[in-house]
Amino acid sequence: MANLAVVGQSVYRKDANPKVTGKALHVGNIEMPGMLQVAVLRSPYAHARITRIDKSKAAGLEGVALVMTGVDVAKMPGVDPYYGPAFRDQPILAVDKVCYVGDPVVAVAARDQRTAEDALQLVEVDYEPLPAVFDVLEAVRPESPLVHERHRPAKAFADLAHVKAGQQSNICYHFKLRTGDVDKAFADADRVFEDTFSSPPAQHMPMEPHVTLVYLDEQERLNVWTASQSPSYVRTELSNTFSIPMHHIRVRVPYIGGGYGAKLYAKLEPLVTALALITKKPVRYALTREEEFLTITKHKVITKIKTAIKNGSITARKCEVFWDTGAYAEIGPRIGHKSGYTAAGPYRIPNVWIDSYCVYTNHVPAGAFRGFGVPQVIWAYDSQMDIIARAIGEDPVEFRLKPALEEGESFATGTLVRSFGIKEAIRQAARAIEWSKPRPVQTGTKLRGKGIAAGVKAVLTPSISGAIVIMNADGTANVLSSTVEMGQGSETTMGQIVAEELGIAFDQVHIVQPDTDVTPYDTITAGSRSTYHMGNAVRMAAVKIKAKLFEVVAAKLEAHPDDLVAGGGRIFVRGMAERGMTISEIFLAKFGSLGTTLAAEAVCQPTAGHMDPETGQSEKCTEYWFPSATAAEVEVDTETGQVKVLQLFSVGDTGTAINPRHCEQQLLGAAIMHLGLTLFEEMIFDEGQLVNGSLLDYQVASIKDMPESFRPIVVEVPHETGPFGAKGAGETGALTVAPAIANAIQDATGVRIRGLPITPEKVLRALAEKKGEALPQD
Amino acid sequence: MKREITLKINGREETITVEDADTLLEVLRDRFRLWSVRESCGVGACGTCTVLLDGRPVSSCFLLAVRAAGRNITTLEGLSDGQSLHVIQQAFVSQRALQCAYCTPGFVLAVKALLDEIPNPSDEQIREYLSGNLCRCAGYADILRAARLAQERQISKETAMPRK
Repeated sequence: MANLAVVGQSVYRKDANPKVTGKALHVGNIEMPGMLQVAVLRSPYAHARITRIDKSKAAGLEGVALVMTGVDVAKMPGVDPYYGPAFRDQPILAVDKVCYVGDPVVAVAARDQRTAEDALQLVEVDYEPLPAVFDVLEAVRPESPLVHERHRPAKAFADLAHVKAGQQSNICYHFKLRTGDVDKAFADADRVFEDTFSSPPAQHMPMEPHVTLVYLDEQERLNVWTASQSPSYVRTELSNTFSIPMHHIRVRVPYIGGGYGAKLYAKLEPLVTALALITKKPVRYALTREEEFLTITKHKVITKIKTAIKNGSITARKCEVFWDTGAYAEIGPRIGHKSGYTAAGPYRIPNVWIDSYCVYTNHVPAGAFRGFGVPQVIWAYDSQMDIIARAIGEDPVEFRLKPALEEGESFATGTLVRSFGIKEAIRQAARAIEWSKPRPVQTGTKLRGKGIAAGVKAVLTPSISGAIVIMNADGTANVLSSTVEMGQGSETTMGQIVAEELGIAFDQVHIVQPDTDVTPYDTITAGSRSTYHMGNAVRMAAVKIKAKLFEVVAAKLEAHPDDLVAGGGRIFVRGMAERGMTISEIFLAKFGSLGTTLAAEAVCQPTAGHMDPETGQSEKCTEYWFPSATAAEVEVDTETGQVKVLQLFSVGDTGTAINPRHCEQQLLGAAIMHLGLTLFEEMIFDEGQLVNGSLLDYQVASIKDMPESFRPIVVEVPHETGPFGAKGAGETGALTVAPAIANAIQDATGVRIRGLPITPEKVLRALAEKKGEALPQD
Repeated sequence: MKREITLKINGREETITVEDADTLLEVLRDRFRLWSVRESCGVGACGTCTVLLDGRPVSSCFLLAVRAAGRNITTLEGLSDGQSLHVIQQAFVSQRALQCAYCTPGFVLAVKALLDEIPNPSDEQIREYLSGNLCRCAGYADILRAARLAQERQISKETAMPRK
């Protein structure tokens, strides 16, 4: 792109200084006079009826302001005691029954944390256990115990408008895709491959656990400070839940210490709001890490995938995807839908059949997790791509390149793909790992192998981002945006876009943090959508400001607005830099004063086409795609089963990179996170009881897990309607790590692991099985 | 039980009354508003709440305040003079070794302790030393480079000094 001053430059982060000094504001640092702290009593049962709660002793403890139960919440005037983004199924506190081990039952607000915790010890609760269900494949059977008797749609988001009220089933959402004649293709096939893949529940593990502070201000308005990725949604949800008009709710989000999907939708906000409304005091609830484990997880997924091969090509694919969404649907239905429709992969397959089921169980609720379910489906399809290639004697890279969709071809949904650099991503990954270099013959107990995987995610569509740009008379600008700065660098990206459009310096742009009193609506900060959606919104708002400035200059200098350009803090006639005005001069000319501002609002709202509920066919299912590829080289110790990742290359098509270094960081950060998820992360449950719910027992990737050779490769296929051609980058590096590593392990050892994480034990068992030996059972 | 202790926090002696059960983290945050000290795992496993105790990195969430009595405590607030960034902080900024940055205070202090203990560490030693600090944005490649750059700049600063 020609003549860009700031866009495309790897400028330093806007928030670097407050962050590196530790001064950045977090919710945990905000104090209010008389603020109460919270402790929550949680269910020890996976599924049980509450028969009695005695809170009298706890309420009598000195320093306790309130002991609150679900029944107390339900008695609040105008309250809906249940909330949720897809279904209103999650109680603020359990009302009549509990649905998982860890379900909040009683909340105490007290003058300090220890008093609140002491009070919990004095609460007595009696339960009557109910039959529970833990296995997602069992939960879909008609005879399985029901987690919920009825399903009540929330109607909060346009893309979930089709979610239906259902009952007498644990399946809360079923997505179907049907194209071609799958049965005929399987009947005619030369070979049919059938595999089942699983990936476990896991933790987002933002270093800052969830924290929310709520108080009533002098006008009795509800003020909420919260570590959330979706301030606009939180306001709507609180308005609906407590029957409070939206202008009486103010939600603010300062810097948050990581999200990765964990901090989306409503989490602590309804509970803390109830406590604040009843006590009329400021109330803060900060989760402990142990509670964090019991709040939200990555979906456990079982995928059955069946593929037909005829003359070396894929002719049909049938996918059954089962999402264990836990006790409350959370955003599971959206994940089942958006990820479900990509489950056959970015490949040309004439006959496709997909069933994607979002299923209740008595586990901790599952929600969005960096990649929004797509890593789980790619784990299945791109592991199987390798299995097939090796079985039919095709080169795994060529076997992907051949059917990989090209610009303008039709995805399984019938949507034509645009800005789709999947082939380039695969080629770059293969080149980086020196795929075509002959492998030396290996002997001994340490075997090396290489693997490639590819896949694609589609951005959530429709969704909405609004922004306001305010130009100040000194030539600086303030940007009002509800995009949350959670580490991804959105302040920097938005600053670059606005500076570029207004022709001012990057440091002359200030990004106002989300505050629903002043920043317009934004769907969510998630799903790799902010650079495109909010980027477009801030850019369009800046364009409107620029048009106002041009109008003044055109009149003053007797030039045509089309001949004007903005740059260096001035507006001037193209090619004649001396014929122009500074921003201050323009303000003086327009207002006769420097004491005013120019403001403009813009909204980016891509639309989606209708999707047929029976076939999943849609003229337009998404605004844009994120092609991803990963190349890995591993060393497998055949004596210990240990897998060491020697090289890892994360390739992503981000569209035009607004800040190339930040795009690279996103690719690598997502890759390391998923390296941990691939090799060791797993929440282990025993009859619904979490066994490893602390960082002493649950391992995430550390700096020691970083491969020696570890590089990002940004593929820039510009998107015609992206801001300066940009798409997004937050999840791309996450998508294809697991199958790349599993494929490399097969390359090294000949064994195939189908269940994540790929622990040494699984590798040893597979190696023993291959040799016909039996390993002792544990 | 309550008792009176003296802590030397960022060079200042502070005498306070604490409960035996108070952690150093609670005291630093609740009494002294040192907000760079942050709790994350609560069990001494993630390094987010790292402070320096007589120059050595410790998890303040897992250390009782009474055990720190009479000792020197450095938090990120005490690392630089408040006017300019410390060379390690500069390196974190220039190498973009921070994203959400919740873990950053702990990492910066861990790098400080590392370079004080091992002035010229190998990459392997840096990785080993920093493996007790977790970063979920996973900016480990950038953090490794920042540690390396800080070490180079510190060395060049030291060798440059006598010439003044």
